[in-house]
Amino acid sequence: MNSAQVLTLLPAMSLARRELVRFYRQKARVMGSLGTPIVLWALLGSGLQAAFPGASGETNSGSYLKYFFPGSLMLTVLFTSIFTNISVIEDRNEGFLQGVLVAPVSRVGLVLGKVLGGSLIAVVQGIFFLGLAPLAGFVLSPISIVQVVAAILATSLCLTTIGFIFAWRLDSIQGFHSVMNLLLMPMWLLSGAFFPASRAPWLLKTVIYLNPLTYGFAAIHKGLFSESTTLSEFSYWSALGVELVFVFALGVWALRGVSSNKRG
Amino acid sequence: MMEPIVKVENLYHTYPEQKVPALDGLSFSVAPESIFGIIGPNGGGKSTTFKILSTLIQPQSGAGTIGGIDVLKSPGKIRSLLGVVFQSPALDKKLTVEENIFHQGHLYGIKGRVLVQKAEFLLRRLGLWEKRNEKTENLSGGQKRRVEITKSLIHNPKILILDEPTTGLDPLARREVWNYLKFLREKEKITILVTTHLLDEAEDCDEIALIDKGKVVCSGRPSQLRSELGGDFVTVKTSQTEILFKKISVNCQTEVKAFGQELRVQPRNISSFVDFLVNDCLTEFDSFTVGKPTLEDLFIDKTGHKFWEESNSSDGEITQ
Repeated sequence: MNSAQVLTLLPAMSLARRELVRFYRQKARVMGSLGTPIVLWALLGSGLQAAFPGASGETNSGSYLKYFFPGSLMLTVLFTSIFTNISVIEDRNEGFLQGVLVAPVSRVGLVLGKVLGGSLIAVVQGIFFLGLAPLAGFVLSPISIVQVVAAILATSLCLTTIGFIFAWRLDSIQGFHSVMNLLLMPMWLLSGAFFPASRAPWLLKTVIYLNPLTYGFAAIHKGLFSESTTLSEFSYWSALGVELVFVFALGVWALRGVSSNKRG
Repeated sequence: MMEPIVKVENLYHTYPEQKVPALDGLSFSVAPESIFGIIGPNGGGKSTTFKILSTLIQPQSGAGTIGGIDVLKSPGKIRSLLGVVFQSPALDKKLTVEENIFHQGHLYGIKGRVLVQKAEFLLRRLGLWEKRNEKTENLSGGQKRRVEITKSLIHNPKILILDEPTTGLDPLARREVWNYLKFLREKEKITILVTTHLLDEAEDCDEIALIDKGKVVCSGRPSQLRSELGGDFVTVKTSQTEILFKKISVNCQTEVKAFGQELRVQPRNISSFVDFLVNDCLTEFDSFTVGKPTLEDLFIDKTGHKFWEESNSSDGEITQ
């Protein structure tokens, strides 16, 4: 490694590792990020299935519980990705971030470390949730599993970067929670996770197409249903590609914020 | 005289939404391998100076070099020369002592066996080896401060800068921190720059700069600065400040300074002044002490107000 890499990749890896260690040492966070979507999936999925038989509209995909599974998986990834960024605010308030800012770490290394750390946690939590797929009636091939995990990674990178952009500008955890709930719940609801995007009215459809989560969800959905579903207009690869474009654009935005912003 | 390792000239800085500048033409220089104290009351400009030197903020004007490198133009190069210890702990409380040190090493591009060996050397030297697997949240205040110092030394910095390193520590832990700093200056030949609001900590420094309202009031060796004031001071506690003030002023032809219920006098002849107090003012004073000039006396002499008072204090200084 040359000196630029030493001051970018090494700190980034260390910051990412720190996020993982911190997360798994706080058992309540682990349970919270996994438990909420499981409960929501089980209650909402079975409740809606009973209330509106055929609500998924998918003749060959089985129950609403099955339809709602990728959406709940997405919720796990969403909760985990976004709320790992609380550490950005905690680090600033507790003084840890100052120590990073006075070190010769490149700002790319700082953003990369925090985003990668949060994303990896979300991927691991997502994989745990994916372990419930047989209960929802999925029989996954190894290729499907790889595809879904790749889609989870892209989605969590996207969500963690969004969380980072907001966390960098906010100094209160309560404020961060409020803003994130205001922004993320509509984003999740309009990603196709709750109802099929293809059947929405045109105005809603426009919002759905501008929503980065739509593509993450489409990739997860296609990976799970092995392209057999007709509910999404996107192929697995096109959805994954668009999601990665969002990741790149948001990453540049986050980096600009860190480089120009005097916060920290 | 050796070339200064840290030099700042005419630093000006005003924070947004503040009218009064935090730094108002601050200048000082630090000799290599010395302990230099920036001492001043709260709001005097210590933390702003610390933030500028540690590259966290840039001043609106002025110049500064550390190790010959321009602080304003090359903050990146400066960062690898500095070990920085913040007032609020910059430790991850969920990580162990050793994990915190390793993480710090990675931030400075150090890894592998070099990092492990350096960490062990420092942990042993600062008496933390036995605590290396403890989470930092379980350590005492003094131990945390030692971990901070250990952490800041991992990349062999030439200069260690510390912002109020003894704040919140009990007297024993404070003494411990100062002993470590002296030890580092002697064994590692590191230059140490420390800010503090505790005047008695000046005695632990080789040189100090007393600062107030963003300016250096005076600087030099503490003993040399104290000797500037000459003879002994008498501090008189009284509840009848105005009456006693007038009485001393009229009878003793000496300068009297009043701060609340305290009068400060530097008489030409101590014994005759004490005789005067005891014989002629017995009912007006509560107690008095005679002592060598302190740095607080110097601070008062230079600024016209007490170290612990706001400049616009309602106490209202009376001088003659």
